[in-house]
Amino acid sequence: MNRIIAKKQLSEQVWMMRIEAPLIATERKPGQFIILSVNNEYGERIPLTIADADIKEGSITIIFQVVGNTTRLLAQLSEGEKIAALVGPLGQPTHIERFGHVVCVGGGIGAAPMHPIAQGMKLAGNRLTIILGARNKSLIILEDEMRKLADELIICSDDGSCGRKALVTEPLKELCQQATPPNLAVAIGPPIMMKFCAETTRPFKVPTVVSLNTIMVDGTGMCGGCRVTVGGKTKFVCVDGPEFDGHLVDFDNMMKRLNSYKRQEQHDSEHKCKLDAKIAKLEQK
Amino acid sequence: MSSHKSPQKIAEEASSTLKELLARNTALTPKDRLGIPAQEMPAQDPDVRRKNIAEVALGYSPEQARVEAMRCLQCKSAPCIKGCPVAIDIPAFVGAIAEGNYQKAIEIIKRNSLLPAVCGRVCPQETQCQEPCTVGKSLKDVDKAVAIGRLERFVADWEREQGKTATPSVKPSTGKKLAVIGSGPASLVVAADVRREGHDVTIFEAFHKPGGVMLYGIPEFRLPKKIVQLEIDTLSAMGVKIVTNFVVGKTRKLPDLLEKDGFDAVFIGTGAGLPKFMEIEGENLVGVFSANEYLTRANLMRAYDRENAHTPIYASRKVAVFGGGNVAMDAARTAVRLGAEEVHLIYRRTEKEMPARIEEVGHAKEEGVIFHMLTNVKRFMGDEYGVLKQMECLRYELGEPDSSGRRRPVEIKGSEFVSDIDTAIIAIGNDSNPLIRQTTPGLNTNKYGNIIVDEFGKSSVNRVFAGGDIVLGAATVILAMGQGRNAAKSINELLAKS
Repeated sequence: MNRIIAKKQLSEQVWMMRIEAPLIATERKPGQFIILSVNNEYGERIPLTIADADIKEGSITIIFQVVGNTTRLLAQLSEGEKIAALVGPLGQPTHIERFGHVVCVGGGIGAAPMHPIAQGMKLAGNRLTIILGARNKSLIILEDEMRKLADELIICSDDGSCGRKALVTEPLKELCQQATPPNLAVAIGPPIMMKFCAETTRPFKVPTVVSLNTIMVDGTGMCGGCRVTVGGKTKFVCVDGPEFDGHLVDFDNMMKRLNSYKRQEQHDSEHKCKLDAKIAKLEQK
Repeated sequence: MSSHKSPQKIAEEASSTLKELLARNTALTPKDRLGIPAQEMPAQDPDVRRKNIAEVALGYSPEQARVEAMRCLQCKSAPCIKGCPVAIDIPAFVGAIAEGNYQKAIEIIKRNSLLPAVCGRVCPQETQCQEPCTVGKSLKDVDKAVAIGRLERFVADWEREQGKTATPSVKPSTGKKLAVIGSGPASLVVAADVRREGHDVTIFEAFHKPGGVMLYGIPEFRLPKKIVQLEIDTLSAMGVKIVTNFVVGKTRKLPDLLEKDGFDAVFIGTGAGLPKFMEIEGENLVGVFSANEYLTRANLMRAYDRENAHTPIYASRKVAVFGGGNVAMDAARTAVRLGAEEVHLIYRRTEKEMPARIEEVGHAKEEGVIFHMLTNVKRFMGDEYGVLKQMECLRYELGEPDSSGRRRPVEIKGSEFVSDIDTAIIAIGNDSNPLIRQTTPGLNTNKYGNIIVDEFGKSSVNRVFAGGDIVLGAATVILAMGQGRNAAKSINELLAKS
């Protein structure tokens, strides 16, 4: 179990891995995630969405961006190696039904968790518009996969290096302004993007689901590290979510909580990178 | 609190007392025994231990253990046994220690308890076996009762240090299969008791390491993790399978274990791990933690080892811990060790009502934790970055007794005051985790979400048993074990029949 079957680099900092996990592959539903750790003694537990699963092969697919220590160590693992700990599927599945017209907005790495949801929505008979956005062309992932699913695919980049030079909220607003606005919007990406997607759809009363990516430790509801305020009430993202009504989420509080360990993490990764550099030097000698 | 006495001095005193006692040729009379000084637990110097995570209580020397054991009156009625949830034959094992026969002592304990090294350390003996002790009653002080817990710990440690820990024998295979959900104290007892009868046992644990609260909750300085690991190694040696990273209710649903995976019965021992929050203003500011999160980071993820651990823990200077139980003590004392300059414990009743063990309260005070009784927090205040900066508190006084029989704290109007803090740790209790009850149709629970079982530990679902905190609500290790023992008996009867 947990063996890396395949590993592929999707962009400079983004990797895809297919991992042997037959039970999770069978049980998982769109919207759910796993927690993994690269070292059983000292490793930290990090949450990652299940981007895809293959029941026949008994595998799940994760897509992650190297942003810190653990994702960096994860990216260093090779095909055939094992991930020390992997647990899931966690969280509530996405509520999928035939809504009519569904807009899926994926920002950057958010396209990964969006993929199984878009699959589910398509399978349920929805008309699907997918908006993919990123800072630049190299950060757009899963374009081909999304094209296969979407009735309409809109690509945006901040710098205009691909698709429209726009933020994802622009095409989203245009869709809401149409005579018949979408029946549902699903937005997944950086918190700031989800916040503005929710603000965009709010005046048009288009129900908007967001998938929150808070700090987690256990992922099973026993610590509350992932808690957010939704409609004035405290919710645990790992067991009550990760999906919530975007119009009710207190994004400002959530974003502040995400910064809880920023200084320590920066210090950590600098600290460990220095060690890597030293090792590299020694090896050269 | 009494001033710290060095372990060397304690040991020397015990040696000379033992010599005197052994030099007498006549048997000790009850009066003689009542005159023997109660043996103090040697401990690390508070100033030293504040800076390390090593165990605080160092354990009795053999001389101390024998002297302490000689204080036992060997009462025929043995009220202590009734105070023990698993009914260990206390006078018998204490008598064996008095003779210096530690092997015999540990064998007597192991007839009833599988985790003596754990229970000797973490049981609240002053409200269990030691509470009705005749010696304590005669000396009108429960603290002067025979130190049964410390003696239990002594022989368990002695056995381990001798490398003599025996693997309990297992009967020939019956081909029957039991699934145990969770790997805390209740589950470990069930696994061992059922495995002994020759049944196949698999433990499913959600975390990457087994042990439950003994691992993620109770800190190293109170319960060294290598002791927990040894208990689990014993289970593995008996042939119990342990599957980690497996969340029943998510990775596999409970009914599937019975219907698809060939298990003949299931025991649910998932504990009470869902933290309660106070639902007050500012509770989601950066710097406010549940004790579960704080302790899980520190213990299970070893965040105290800043050099090696990848899991960060908040850098705190002024910490406030809310609550009066053992979890609050553990969180406060952990914060001290992680380098906080000031740690305040805030409790809305008085010290008399605190559910924490007296010993832990004493240790916390010695380590410099500042206690504020009859006080509670009203709201937390942060800065523009959403980071905790202050708390507003209120003073209380005690009013009429409430349903729990404790006098209800009543707020004093206008007594608000503000203090600067950067970290708040909430330790006001836990509820039961809903993952299993949400995914197991027909499983009856009470209004607190605890699983309802009959006197045999059986739930409303056929072939499904439960015990420990998931039934009791947050309680103690030994009560969980007692429940496990009871359920294991029913499971063994069921598996023998079917």
